[in-house]
Amino acid sequence: MENILEARDLRRLYHRGSEEIAALDGVSLDIKKGEFVSFVGPSGSGKTTLVNILGCLDNPSSGTLRLDGQEIFAAGRRLGEGELTRIRRRVFGYVFQSFHLVPTLTVLENVLLPFAFYRKEGLAADGERLLGDLGLAARKDHLPGQLSGGEMQRVAVARALVNAPEILLADEPTGNLDTKRTGEIQEVLLEMNRKKNVTIVLVTHNPALAKAAQRVVELRDGKLA
Amino acid sequence: MKLTLIAYKNLLRKKTRTALTVLGIALSAWVLASLLGFNKGYEWALNRDIDNMGFQVLLTAKGCPYEAATLMLKGGTGLRYLKESLVQGVSQNPEVEEVTPMLMAAVFDPNKGESGGLSAFLGVDPESFPRLKGFLEFKKGGWFKDLEAREAVMGYEAAELEQREVGDAYLIPEKNLEVKVVGILKRTGTQDDGTIFLPVKTVQDAFGKKGLITGLGIKVHKGADVDKLTDRLYDLPDVQVVSMAQVKNTIVNLLSSAKIMVFSIAVIAIIIAMVGVINTILMSVFERFQELGILKSMGAMPSDVFKLVWAETLFLCLAGSSLGVLLALGLSHGTELLIRRLLPYAPTGGLVQIDWRLAAGTVGAITAAGLLSGLYPAWRAARVRPLDAIRSEAE
Repeated sequence: MENILEARDLRRLYHRGSEEIAALDGVSLDIKKGEFVSFVGPSGSGKTTLVNILGCLDNPSSGTLRLDGQEIFAAGRRLGEGELTRIRRRVFGYVFQSFHLVPTLTVLENVLLPFAFYRKEGLAADGERLLGDLGLAARKDHLPGQLSGGEMQRVAVARALVNAPEILLADEPTGNLDTKRTGEIQEVLLEMNRKKNVTIVLVTHNPALAKAAQRVVELRDGKLA
Repeated sequence: MKLTLIAYKNLLRKKTRTALTVLGIALSAWVLASLLGFNKGYEWALNRDIDNMGFQVLLTAKGCPYEAATLMLKGGTGLRYLKESLVQGVSQNPEVEEVTPMLMAAVFDPNKGESGGLSAFLGVDPESFPRLKGFLEFKKGGWFKDLEAREAVMGYEAAELEQREVGDAYLIPEKNLEVKVVGILKRTGTQDDGTIFLPVKTVQDAFGKKGLITGLGIKVHKGADVDKLTDRLYDLPDVQVVSMAQVKNTIVNLLSSAKIMVFSIAVIAIIIAMVGVINTILMSVFERFQELGILKSMGAMPSDVFKLVWAETLFLCLAGSSLGVLLALGLSHGTELLIRRLLPYAPTGGLVQIDWRLAAGTVGAITAAGLLSGLYPAWRAARVRPLDAIRSEAE
């Protein structure tokens, strides 16, 4: 299988006063197309920082990142917000711990929200089918306030998938959910990976959810453990 | 999914805040539309009053020019008199098309109102006056024909007040002179509505002013040099020359400083409303900091976020300014009553005139000011990075 992401010696430094903190300290890894990878590790280990750089939400301080063979970040080259947005909307879908649904839009409107900004060429506005796949067809006209936490996160997943991304980045997607709802989201992610061959990069503290992935990558102090 | 729909729905999140902001904008639009409407209506009404005089220059006895202007516009009683013989000399000027002598007189009528009041009579020439006032239409009857007839023509309101019909007799109080009503005018919206017209000779006889008049109306030929004529008339002894242009300028000048003050208030009202817009939109941006970042992660470019927030500003301003214009239209009668109470002189007819151009201009001006105010919040929103949103989520 081809690599979709190739990271080499990624570093991300932050400054707190005169102190320099290496949130990411020379991480190199490859992620294959259609792979389901989970990142685990204690708080502050650099998982989110790594996923943010892999997902083109942040620039690394040094190192290189290739996306589908194309060099995105290289030494001394930083991308502006506009360039990062153009890459993100073409390749990535994001799911975060908080669902960030727009409270005044219906479930279907929330799912179709990304189309207000970008729509891949030839892609049908298949929000209703997507909601059906996620078991939310009956909820399409409801407002987010009328949904359970698990349903809201499924809507967020549907929204992340509506533009048919190649890679779905999920940062603690079950952090606000109970065991039952966590199981629901796990099923949804596995199904998207198996049926639609979406590459999934998951950050989680939940060992059971992490084990559902094909590969578990552990980080500690900004390095691969 | 359209940006405009998202923007509209965003405004519904905090309904009270949105409503209060719209109300603030509406108040400023109301003030602006009413003032612009007054500006337009006052000039229009003044011009109409002056045009309805039927003449462009008035000769009165020498005295205060403002008193003369008031006499012309309000139909007050002339305290000073001119010799009627002036008519001959004045009409020989080449610029003059027609002259009409007028004698204003008044008596106290104890039966008028609750505690009595003044009844005003205007003695006019039955030949020249109807020609100069060709736009006057009769509800019933017509002008008196005879220079010394004991006949009267009543303005619409005067006839209503005195409860007279054509053919009725009317006794001039104090003078024991009975005249017959031969005509009642249609409503004109000018001072003519409250006037009782009599032949000038009848008024001279009844009030003991033989050979005297209070004013001489002069109609000049089209395109004639009015200034040249007035310069020549100034040479006549004991004569006050008042041209309509002068009267209009005098009143407009008297009013201009008041207008500047009131327009300053309107500008302050608009500034306050716009500060409200900035506050509302900026608060909304700060509250949605994470959400805006998430929109960016979904593929929104900075320009998309800018447009989204600007569209919210646009909706607020359009709703507020439209409501304000509707308020101004609905309350224009009340505004007019208030202005009439405050102004020492106000022309007859509608003082506040708001047409579609003015309404559109007000909505346009307020919206433009609002969009300008929305630049900073929209710029702030456009600068939000998805990473900032995610970080603040982690915090």
